[in-house]
Amino acid sequence: MSQTWIILGATSTIARAFARMVATRGDGVVLAGRDMAELETIAADCGIRGAQLAEAIRFDARDPASFDPILERAKALDGTISAAVFVGSMPPQEEIDADPSLVDGTITDSFAGPARFLTALAPLLEDRGKGTVVGVGSVAGDRGRLGNYVYGSSKAGFHAYLSGLRNRLGRSGVHVVTVKPGTVDTAMTWGMDKLPFLAQPEKVAGDILRAADKKKDILYTPFIWWPVMTIIRAIPERIFKKMQI
Amino acid sequence: MRWKTVEYSGWGRVHKASGDMARPERVAALLDTVKAEAAPALGMRRSYGDACLNSDGKAIDMTRLDRILAFDAETGLVHVEAGLQIGELLKTFAPKGWLPPVMPGTGFATIGGGIAMDVHGKNHHGAGSFGQHITEFTLATPDGPKVVTPSEDALFKATIGGLGQTGPILSAKFKLLKAKGDVMVVTERRVKDWEEFLPLLDNSDATYTVGWIDATAWGDNLGRGILEEAETGGGLVRPAKRGKKVPMDAPGFALSPPVVRSFNAAYWRKVPAKGRTVVKPIDDFFFPLDKIRDWNRLYGKAGFHQFQCVVPVSEAEALREMMEKIARSGLASPLAVLKRMGPGRAGYMSFPMEGYTLALDFRNNDKAERLILKLEDMTIAAKGRIYLAKDALARSANIAAMYPEHAEWLKVVQEMDPEGTYTTDIIRRLKLRDPS
Repeated sequence: MSQTWIILGATSTIARAFARMVATRGDGVVLAGRDMAELETIAADCGIRGAQLAEAIRFDARDPASFDPILERAKALDGTISAAVFVGSMPPQEEIDADPSLVDGTITDSFAGPARFLTALAPLLEDRGKGTVVGVGSVAGDRGRLGNYVYGSSKAGFHAYLSGLRNRLGRSGVHVVTVKPGTVDTAMTWGMDKLPFLAQPEKVAGDILRAADKKKDILYTPFIWWPVMTIIRAIPERIFKKMQI
Repeated sequence: MRWKTVEYSGWGRVHKASGDMARPERVAALLDTVKAEAAPALGMRRSYGDACLNSDGKAIDMTRLDRILAFDAETGLVHVEAGLQIGELLKTFAPKGWLPPVMPGTGFATIGGGIAMDVHGKNHHGAGSFGQHITEFTLATPDGPKVVTPSEDALFKATIGGLGQTGPILSAKFKLLKAKGDVMVVTERRVKDWEEFLPLLDNSDATYTVGWIDATAWGDNLGRGILEEAETGGGLVRPAKRGKKVPMDAPGFALSPPVVRSFNAAYWRKVPAKGRTVVKPIDDFFFPLDKIRDWNRLYGKAGFHQFQCVVPVSEAEALREMMEKIARSGLASPLAVLKRMGPGRAGYMSFPMEGYTLALDFRNNDKAERLILKLEDMTIAAKGRIYLAKDALARSANIAAMYPEHAEWLKVVQEMDPEGTYTTDIIRRLKLRDPS
């Protein structure tokens, strides 16, 4: 049976690698994001590489009015519907400190927008009784730290949301994967210095697809981040509050 | 656009550069960068010398602009972004029965790099150079995208083989070739010496022909090698296993003369005296070395040089003398290729000419550099030329002799880029943008 992926934030580096991978194996892709010109380009690429369906559609996490046409499109599609959420924004913490209004946008992009969309999509997925939701969070959501705790807390909220959604959708045969990537070599991290265990987007996308196929619940990618975050989570708050990592 | 300070090198790892690099992932980001802070565009940096370096200057990494934009299954016409790797294109289309019209020796090279170097492949004698297949390309200029077709003859010829000096190439259109299937049927034949080799190359009517030559054999064995002739074919062959990686720089003895000599002798004998026909996965035939990632590290920390020249058919004797000099030096590595080239070339600064082309790798050291300079002199004397995609050592005084259309190229380039924004290390070393 054919499968179509609704990909939110489809112009992001990891999403592009993921879309190309599922397209190459023949799945359909509905590419959602803000930059329509880029989305059309990615859709053309996916179509030529083998996607049975490749479309671009507008999505803005901060504009819920953009959600309905995507939901309508999903309803009209036959077969298995899956969703992969790659949206999020990470303004530097200093900029947020200087302008607290940036907090709202960060939370909307990284948590509230995607959560609202997925909540609206959930009944359709339950109805179909199959499919996968891939939610891309971040290792930054495992512990709030000095460098990016607004982004981190948004992702932490998203993780908890995905956990609940898994609990709900699992009952009707829909699987939810929580993905926690470490630092990835993307346009967002280009030029940042000293990034530990920097991973290539193709590697992360491959891990995500495997986790989705194997119905894994929580994926740390690359795997090294699982032990690293296990240790970081275990540091007592008394000590952690003085640390700079 | 965010810039990242990076240290990088050419594939030979002899020349190095450090500078700020941008890596746009969207077309709009590239156009903004070109408008605000234009810089030379780089691909996968598979040029061996300094053609892909801009020391202490800025550069734009094009590798993330790698989408296939359109494909017409009737005609085979494809429109792709310049950062797409040729091997990716092969992987995508070979199963559908289409092949890139020309493929260089590595599939990691990008379309943009293939145009800027007017690369050739094992089918050059029949299919011509890569640039000859380009029907249209788009340049990223400060005023936005500029579509260029052969009707703009001078700009077309200055960009193809033009070392990136007319500005970043955004995308290109060309026709893929229909293939019988996605495997290669390869006939391998032992060639006993130089005298036997050239007629075999001249008379080969295969679509793909290439000669491996044992550059350490001399005397009666001078110029011995293996002739490979290939056609595409149908059938099932397991895809090539890829991704083995050279984990570190190899120690000096790894490619020392005795090791290379024994390796070459064994390699030559591997092909039965009567020859054989084998079926190979398609990428194994076109990109044999890509199987081992980072194979350039085999030459150790000092890096290596590739010497590649072409001489006219009438100068075959000069090439034999070069071969003899190389064999006597004992400096060559196992990687040595001899090929018959057709006349096909598409740009003012394109490498190909009708004749024989010889390519050899040498571990970087003083002796090898002296030998290569001597070979350059012999090339000039034979009215041949050196391939700038490989070169790290040539001298600027020889450019006019090797590239007679240099002045035409320079005129167009100066019009397109009067400030010299796209100048790279090879341009400075060979004084290619200096008024002639």
